[in-house]
Amino acid sequence: MKQTFIITTLVEHKPGVLSKVSSMFWRRNFNIESIAIGAAERKDLARMTIAVKGEERDAQRLVAQLEKLVDVLKATMLDPEDAVIRELALIKVRTANSRIRSDVFNYVEAFRGRTVDLSPESIIVELVGSRSKIDAFLELTKKFEILEVSRTGETALLRGPGSVTLND
Amino acid sequence: MSRMSGAQTLIKALEKEKVEVIFGIPGGQIMPIYDALLDSKIRHVLARHEQSAAHMADGYARVSNKAGVCMATSGPGATNLVTGIATAYLDSSPVVAITGQVPSSQIASDAFQEADIIGITTPITKYNFQPRSVEEIPKIVNATFYLASTGRRAPVLIDMPRDVQSEIKKVDFSEKYIIRGYKALPKPDPLKIKKAAELIFKADKPFILAGGGITNSNAFRELKELAELLMAPVGTTLMGKGCFPEDHPLSLGMVGMHGTKEANYFVMKADVLLAVGCRFSDRTTGKLDDFSPDAKVIHIDIDPAEIGKKRDVELDIISSADKAIDALMEILKQRMKKKESNWQKRIKELKDRFKNEINDSKGISPPKLLKLLREALPLEAIVTTEVGQNQMWAALNFKAIKPRTFITSGGFGCMGFGFPAAIGAKVAKPDVPVVDIAGDGSFRMTENSLATSVAEDIPVIVVILNNSVLGMVAQWQRLFYNRRYSAVNLGDNPDFVKLSKSYGAEGKRINSLDEFTDTINQALKEDVTTVIDVPIDPEENVFPMVPAGRSLKEIVE
Repeated sequence: MKQTFIITTLVEHKPGVLSKVSSMFWRRNFNIESIAIGAAERKDLARMTIAVKGEERDAQRLVAQLEKLVDVLKATMLDPEDAVIRELALIKVRTANSRIRSDVFNYVEAFRGRTVDLSPESIIVELVGSRSKIDAFLELTKKFEILEVSRTGETALLRGPGSVTLND
Repeated sequence: MSRMSGAQTLIKALEKEKVEVIFGIPGGQIMPIYDALLDSKIRHVLARHEQSAAHMADGYARVSNKAGVCMATSGPGATNLVTGIATAYLDSSPVVAITGQVPSSQIASDAFQEADIIGITTPITKYNFQPRSVEEIPKIVNATFYLASTGRRAPVLIDMPRDVQSEIKKVDFSEKYIIRGYKALPKPDPLKIKKAAELIFKADKPFILAGGGITNSNAFRELKELAELLMAPVGTTLMGKGCFPEDHPLSLGMVGMHGTKEANYFVMKADVLLAVGCRFSDRTTGKLDDFSPDAKVIHIDIDPAEIGKKRDVELDIISSADKAIDALMEILKQRMKKKESNWQKRIKELKDRFKNEINDSKGISPPKLLKLLREALPLEAIVTTEVGQNQMWAALNFKAIKPRTFITSGGFGCMGFGFPAAIGAKVAKPDVPVVDIAGDGSFRMTENSLATSVAEDIPVIVVILNNSVLGMVAQWQRLFYNRRYSAVNLGDNPDFVKLSKSYGAEGKRINSLDEFTDTINQALKEDVTTVIDVPIDPEENVFPMVPAGRSLKEIVE
């Protein structure tokens, strides 16, 4: 069954690593939904969270191919039950009149989002949550004129004291 | 610590890695390195095209069991290496490529002869480096050779910006590069070894499929002991050819599209398939879903990413072949009793039946010629091949008895490989005869290596099975495209005898099979390269054959 798998990856924090990793995605024909990358707990490491769509064996193959890369120190598939998985989205909506604006505000409140920019004709909503929560918000607000969407892709950590990190 | 330039540092670091030879071509952005090379004992072999330089390094590596080094300038020099690097990558060969690069300040400006060779070679190297300071060079060179020649072997590239080559710094050679994301030598999991032994004990019809991993881990003795203990037939992949003596009673030859009938027959009947150091390539398996359909597969490979990539397996053992087989033998030796079963009887019968089957030919028969070649050459002689019909005739009919004596471009199928690889092989083993089994189409892709072989005094023999067509394409057009020949005619070939002589090499032509043995014997005595032109019938097919994408049961002969 096709589904989305989340893989957390620790990589060397240096130039060129992202291109080496993404070159492999293309060469090995993986269907990547998102990559979120940023600094990790040590300054010489970056954490890359990869969402991949496919069968479970595709995800396992991806882990093996990631681990094969010299700049990848660790790659682990996360069980969604055992992990906190979040995405951040910024959504700009045109608010032609005050009725639309107050409708949007209601949705933002229901989704526990925030309004981070306000102009006479538009607002920017900041939403943090699971991919499906953001998808649901976008689905519900389709009736408004959405001007821009920017999503970070999912980022994740293992729940509890256990961690996917470097042990030396 | 002494003061030296980046170029001198690189050469000194190569010397520390015991590099004896570099195959290459100079150019503008690598001149400081070529200058420093003049003061080194490292031999330089001047290629006439960078692709050939990479194939030479590759041939050298496969024969010597050491990394082979090739070198080129920036831009077109570097991109010309790419085909050779990809060839080495697909066959897990440790080639180290060194390229010149425009000065750091000009990188990314589309400078003259600039190419992003790091980006270009990322998918065909295990790793690549671009030192940005002289001080990094010793560590990088050390890491390069370590990465190339450990674990699953592969090419590694060092891209040297021109300013880093010229800059003079105090250099420390004692620092080590820490490659913390790299695990070179996984040890076989004892629990899995035990399970594998159980599966093997229970097998009635075991089959060993041996690939290039046997050669890369020098597991020749281990494989032979295992096969003899199990009395299991051994089929090889193309890359595995030579890792098990093909004159051994248990050897069935190659499995796959152009496999032997006996190898394809028995691999399909096996109940346990022990696949060692191979990757279930489409050329080996035919239709994957129908490959060895009843077998429980035990897959031994050093690269975890190969497990389950193609074939789902019963059991995987992540290890080099030698260590895994040794561990298996520990258990098997205690319990295994040799006994001849129906499986072994049947193998003997079929092998005998197919032994002397050779299709008739109009004119000189390539299979017969290759059998004569085997008789004429000592067992240590090295054979390389080009790609296409010549290669498959050689794989089917030239029995490789000793390891590292059959050198061919398996995974990448790179025409033009055989001749420069033969030159590289001869540099590695100057005392052993080296013969390139060629087709006219492939030979012409790198024929200018004749200049290298003559000028550098590296005599090899080239046997051109000359059908004046791109033979394998023509065969497919004959069999699967209703004889509609499209763009395969090479009727405008030069006279290969005259061509060779104009390079200062020897050229011969034979007109019948009877002349072959004498001609080859004479060539073996020559101290220059001899090209033997062997005209063959353009309609000659390589059989047996399994059409692409079909089950190995569907043999055409």
